[in-house]
Amino acid sequence: MSAALETRGLTFEFGEFRAVDGVDLSIEAGARHALIGPNGAGKTTLVDLLTGMRAPTRGSVLLGGEDVTRVSAQQRVRRGLARTFQINSLFPRLSVLESIVAAVQERTGSAWRWWQPLAASRAEMEEAAAIAERLGLRAELGVQSQALAYGKQRLLEVALALAARPRVLLLDEPAAGIPQAESAELFEVIGRLPVEVSILFIEHDMDLVFRFARRITVLAAGRVVTQGEPAEIAANPTVRELYLGNAEPAHG
Amino acid sequence: MTGAGFPGLRHPRWTRAEMVFWLLPVLAFFVFPHHLPLGSQILIAALFVLSFDLILGYAGIISLGHAAFFGLGAYTAGLLARHGWGEPLSGLLIAAAVAACVGWLTSFLVVRGQDLTRLMVTLGIALMLGEAANRLPGITGGADGLLGVQMWKLLGLFEFDLYGRTAYLYALAVLFALFWLARRLVHSPLGLSLRGIRENAQRMPAIGAPVTQRLSAVYTISAAYAGVAGALLTQTTQFVGLEVFSFPRSAELLIMITLGGVGQLYGGPLGAAIFMIAREAFADVNPQYWQFWLGVLLVAMVLFWRGGVLGAFALLRSRLAERLK
Repeated sequence: MSAALETRGLTFEFGEFRAVDGVDLSIEAGARHALIGPNGAGKTTLVDLLTGMRAPTRGSVLLGGEDVTRVSAQQRVRRGLARTFQINSLFPRLSVLESIVAAVQERTGSAWRWWQPLAASRAEMEEAAAIAERLGLRAELGVQSQALAYGKQRLLEVALALAARPRVLLLDEPAAGIPQAESAELFEVIGRLPVEVSILFIEHDMDLVFRFARRITVLAAGRVVTQGEPAEIAANPTVRELYLGNAEPAHG
Repeated sequence: MTGAGFPGLRHPRWTRAEMVFWLLPVLAFFVFPHHLPLGSQILIAALFVLSFDLILGYAGIISLGHAAFFGLGAYTAGLLARHGWGEPLSGLLIAAAVAACVGWLTSFLVVRGQDLTRLMVTLGIALMLGEAANRLPGITGGADGLLGVQMWKLLGLFEFDLYGRTAYLYALAVLFALFWLARRLVHSPLGLSLRGIRENAQRMPAIGAPVTQRLSAVYTISAAYAGVAGALLTQTTQFVGLEVFSFPRSAELLIMITLGGVGQLYGGPLGAAIFMIAREAFADVNPQYWQFWLGVLLVAMVLFWRGGVLGAFALLRSRLAERLK
């Protein structure tokens, strides 16, 4: 069986600078895969390449064994690859419900309908409400995205990605900027996602990484330094020097 | 009613305020029988601004050349009538189709760019069309305008009379029908998707939305609306001049929509009415003076009073509600 998401020799250059350098990455079906590395390692650029928001200089991206390197970002979402953004990218004046419905209706294909009121999209709304419920946003359905507390906005980011019913979900620092207690809560929600959803997440909090990841890839200067099970990574001297600052990582 | 129990969802039910709004032009027909030509001009401008609000207010596309489509519609209707087809309704449809075709073709140039690109592309297209009309006097009549536009009776029954009664009611009916359609569109799933694009176009591909196709679609619809507005002007005045393509016509749209309020459907028609009535009232006194105060008003509005007249109403209402608490 082919990996849920795979890259082969993926490279991205900004002029002379190689932000992503020959990355071979394989996200297995059902993965809980963490991507870690120091700032500027090229993690977000890699996610941009995976999702089609940037085109690689060389190399290829395979989604479920199919080469999607030349497939547009929007088409990749339709094929089951969704992402969240490190910096909130929401619809400020749409309510929580409207935002999620907007994402759901793209998947179901009803977004082109112009002849009937939105209120008639009953199934889409119920699904959106269910997603909100799952992320603890039920009480905020009618609130404009811009009026949400920051932590709730992060949850809405995840909700928008889930609305695409992804087979592969890329989470770019989902807990960035929210207090630790809340970030643990966020990861509880992520942890409860169905096992069929393969997840790749970028995270700086090592506690969370070691608690949720079953596989870890370490990226530095655009290259894969090493990858393996959390225990192997924790024991790897290069990684500890490079990233963990020699500190003993806490196990969850 | 479906959708109940889902907060934050806009209900498309007609409110009392909306009904009052639509009663006003009907009342005006009886109260101001001698001002019906001005009334028709307002209704046509209202339709034209409505077309503009569809792209600016609901999809975030800014344009300085929307008169291109107004002009296309105006000349299409004029040429049809000049060459023997004076039936008004089919004239409107054909004008809409022509404007929509050109709108669709040029949409690919417009939707990909950013704001400045869009301003220049739209402005450029309007200038080109205006100049083309100027340089083809054999077809358009050039600077003299197109003479000999003869309209048949509306529905075969109502002559376009000298007082402008038929013209006024015709323009009102068309405005209402197209407004109803636009209202349906903005409250639809497609409308939500357009608002999503306006709010954050970068995010839309990440939820699987084909942004450029959506924008092309709404731009095409908007062009068709503008074409109908232009055709109405030709049919009700039985004349077309180069002015229909002019830059002021495009620029005034921005003023009207700012006055009324962007992205609220009613803002456009309201802004059109305020602008045109004020201009009519002040123009008799002193045209320069009118522009001076218009300038003051515009600056004040965008700095202190965002959201136009509709925004002010909303603010007033929430203040009152607070007082009454």
